[in-house]
Amino acid sequence: MAFESQDHAKAYWKENLALMLKLLFVWALVSFGFGIFLVDVLNHIQFFGFKLGFWFAQQGAIYTFIVLIFIYIRQMNKLDKKYSVDEE
Amino acid sequence: MDIQTLTFIVVGATFALYIGIAIWARAGSTNDFYVAGGGVPPVANGMATAADWMSAASFISMAGLISYLGYDGSVYLMGWTGGYVLLALCLAPYLRKFGKFTVPDFIGDRYYSQTARTVAVFCAIVVSFTYIAGQMRGVGVVFSRFLEVDITTGVLIGMGMVYFYTLLGGMKGITYTQVAQYCILAFAYTVPAVFISFQMTGHLLPQTGFGATLADGSGAYLLERLDGLHQELGFAAYTEGSKATIDVFAITLALMVGTAGLPHVIIRFFTVPKVSDARRSGGWALVFIAVVYTTAPAIASITKTNIIDTINGPDQQGVMYENAPSWITNWEQTGLIQISDEARAGEEPMFFSGDERSNTNVDADIIVLASPEIGSLPNWVIALVAAGGVAAALSTSAGLLLVISSSVSHDLLKRTFKPNITDKQELLAARIAAGVAVLIGAYFGINPPGFVAEVVAFAFGLAAASFFPAIIMGIFHKRMNSTGAIAGMVTGIAFTLAYIIYFKFINPTAGPDEWFLQISPEGIGTVGMVLNFIVANIVLKFTKDAPEEIQEMVESIRYPQGAGEATGH
Repeated sequence: MAFESQDHAKAYWKENLALMLKLLFVWALVSFGFGIFLVDVLNHIQFFGFKLGFWFAQQGAIYTFIVLIFIYIRQMNKLDKKYSVDEE
Repeated sequence: MDIQTLTFIVVGATFALYIGIAIWARAGSTNDFYVAGGGVPPVANGMATAADWMSAASFISMAGLISYLGYDGSVYLMGWTGGYVLLALCLAPYLRKFGKFTVPDFIGDRYYSQTARTVAVFCAIVVSFTYIAGQMRGVGVVFSRFLEVDITTGVLIGMGMVYFYTLLGGMKGITYTQVAQYCILAFAYTVPAVFISFQMTGHLLPQTGFGATLADGSGAYLLERLDGLHQELGFAAYTEGSKATIDVFAITLALMVGTAGLPHVIIRFFTVPKVSDARRSGGWALVFIAVVYTTAPAIASITKTNIIDTINGPDQQGVMYENAPSWITNWEQTGLIQISDEARAGEEPMFFSGDERSNTNVDADIIVLASPEIGSLPNWVIALVAAGGVAAALSTSAGLLLVISSSVSHDLLKRTFKPNITDKQELLAARIAAGVAVLIGAYFGINPPGFVAEVVAFAFGLAAASFFPAIIMGIFHKRMNSTGAIAGMVTGIAFTLAYIIYFKFINPTAGPDEWFLQISPEGIGTVGMVLNFIVANIVLKFTKDAPEEIQEMVESIRYPQGAGEATGH
């Protein structure tokens, strides 16, 4: 067992899932939310030369995806250290 | 120097580079051959994944597709990038920790079942062949258009090239050639985009350029002008879609989960040294993909505006054929631009519109292929675009070829029929399997089945409805047992296949009203995936949980520590 105790293993997994679900919520919000279901509403808002909904669908969602992955990488590396299950 | 000579030199130089890399990265063991010895740095793996992912179709056709679909084209942009979030967060780190060579390896071991493994091998091979046929066609088209050899010769040169470096270097050779191919294709894609963006809007960044005002002094936003032109000319609205919202959602989700379930993408994450590197290379892969994918919609709208203005003239009354710029006559020869006889004879001006006034037809592929000429860029840029298109086609074919060869030599031969073969024999089998796959791929490239375009929907639908749920449940639902997983996969595949076959081949004229919940065959993988999850969980309720030792294994893949090199044993 790589964890100090069964409790640690459970706590690690719980934090991992919570982080993952939070990030997936944003993932769904910018793509399915802003880019698809709310696109007509957001298109009333002008964002530079774009309609905002259209911008999310063709640009904004992609940028957000990148940020989400890098947040996940950083937070998970911290979490691995906290429970000393990192690979160093 | 004329364009053709220059193109030969540039493409020839890239070929020499790929061969050099392959010789440098020879594979000595199955470990080298399947997973590049597990020693690829995450940034390099990210680049290789991006090149693997972006096919000739992404390179040549995506921007054109978006320029014709407008907002509806966003399904490809979000669908083919959003999948990497799922990969990095939900799949890659755990599969890397599991530490085997292939996707069927995971399915077979996690569900402790040869049946599950065989179902997975079947899916992997079908998905990869579907894909490779399209790639080979892409290679042929690029060669024939830029180097003016016929499609058969083009396919043969392309296949020979891919086979040579796959045979020699396996995953290791492929990975490092893909790194080089990524650099070439990204450079070739963005350079013309920067030029045309600067010409039309004064912005160097295409990503902001297509949201800027036009440089013609009118002060109008480019997208507003494009919307106006589309309305005037009877095209579908550009920034607002015409597909049903639910269908846009279903297609996007199917492409996302399909991406995350494609074996040739997943397999790339087995090549990095550590679990944290698997997460990191998911992030880098998306960065490198985004370079192209955020440029594509900019090229789409800028070039579309440019083309309309060039053919119809600034006053939208049409331009006489004799005054047409040379790119129109050049591409007319390839058949990608068609102009009516009357307009050609000078009896009426050329006119490009979405209704009956139109006498000029512009193929969507022009948007990328002709963009350097439309922007009056120097000849070396045109040669570069040719090399980029070839790089995109070769890199994806090589990745797919490796999946097919490892499915046959590793999953079928080593893990199913002949567990006693040595590493050397397995390596030989892998190389022979790659050879056979190349020949079949070449055959389909030269004699493409009429349904190549349609079958792409199969690849994503199948991956979404079969692999994705099985892997997700394998990691996050540790009680899931083999009966449930197999029942889920079979239901998902059967439903998705049946729906696609019915609406693509048996009753292709049916429209949204006959579709299930107005979901098109492209998006039906989403429903197949949901069915897979539901069926698997219902079956689980009536059968025994996965055995204790499997549940322990699942717990052990949930944290990074102790990930060794990927191995086949």
